[in-house]
Amino acid sequence: MTEALRADGLQYAYAVVRDTGALDAALDGVHGVAGEPVRAVVHLGLAVVAGPVPAGEFDEGPLKERLEKLEWLERIARAHARVVDAAGADSGVVPVRLATVCRGEEGLRRMVETGRERFTEALDRLDGRVEWGVKVYAAAPPPAEPAAAPTAAVSGRDYLRRRRAERQASAERWGRSEDGARQVHEALCALAEQTRLHPPQDGRISGEADRNVLNAAYLLPRAESPAFAGRVEELARSSAGVRLELTGPWVPYSFVAPFSEDTAGAPDGGGGGPGADRPGRSGV
Amino acid sequence: MGERDPMTTTAYGSPLASRGPAPGGLSARGESGANLADILERVLDKGVVIAGDIRINLLDIELLTIKLRLIVASVDKAREMGIDWWEHDPSLSSRARRDELEGREEG
Repeated sequence: MTEALRADGLQYAYAVVRDTGALDAALDGVHGVAGEPVRAVVHLGLAVVAGPVPAGEFDEGPLKERLEKLEWLERIARAHARVVDAAGADSGVVPVRLATVCRGEEGLRRMVETGRERFTEALDRLDGRVEWGVKVYAAAPPPAEPAAAPTAAVSGRDYLRRRRAERQASAERWGRSEDGARQVHEALCALAEQTRLHPPQDGRISGEADRNVLNAAYLLPRAESPAFAGRVEELARSSAGVRLELTGPWVPYSFVAPFSEDTAGAPDGGGGGPGADRPGRSGV
Repeated sequence: MGERDPMTTTAYGSPLASRGPAPGGLSARGESGANLADILERVLDKGVVIAGDIRINLLDIELLTIKLRLIVASVDKAREMGIDWWEHDPSLSSRARRDELEGREEG
């Protein structure tokens, strides 16, 4: 038994599933955020998927420090998602948030006790469901007309006129992509049990050059996935001026919190304008 | 029957990834090819939030929150362009408002 496997060693929790006894096979050969083998710890009819992680990386101090490093964060985020996927390959799964770390199996059992109702409620509600992500991008603008050579003398008036025309063209493109996104979203809502809109993504993280105008998640029964993907393909063909991207199927991450909880953090009222009180939570 | 559909029995993320480029203006990717923003907005923001024994409040991590704010395109800029329809979605509007306030504070 290595040091990391000591009874009071740190345990990184990934997800909770119902204890069906079948999980060990699904987790065979699956490695976690520290490259560790993961397994199921059974308690109260539920099973936490967890793995032992070294204190040198995952105790409070080092963990905080490492989470500041985007490369490290990316590595554990992808590993976390892989383990959640494996755990949910054959059964319903409820992911816990990244960087949930307990002391020993005792700590994992305490976590299950604390969250038992939430885990059970979400497992019931999401049973047999998958999430599909659909993003709409404003199609790239047509190649710009060759700008007047910088050396050419351009009067101030010409310059302003050209700028104004460019702005107008850009606003028109935006208007079209907004309509396109709305139509796509409405069409897909009709096929989904629930939907969530995420904020549009920034190209600096997503690596996309085109502007993201819709970033939506749709919840549907797993068996309806082919029909949904087919509809997205149709929409992609028929929507001019926008590009669609389909991701999934995902574990239904975006639907873990009941809808009401989603909005509970920022009560309405007070107008929500710039003068509104700063909410207690950020968007993370 | 439906349970045995090839698409439904494959692991998460893999079916579309193996299908290659889709026709028309559609790109499809499974999770293995998912972009970092897709992964982070799910694993950081959407799982069950439950206190472990190691107390980490992700919101307290300064650089992390700054970097992740990059995921969210500027709400102000989008609104300037007239793109504000998501504000009618309650799940997003609260969040957009929070992000906007955060952004102003930064700016």
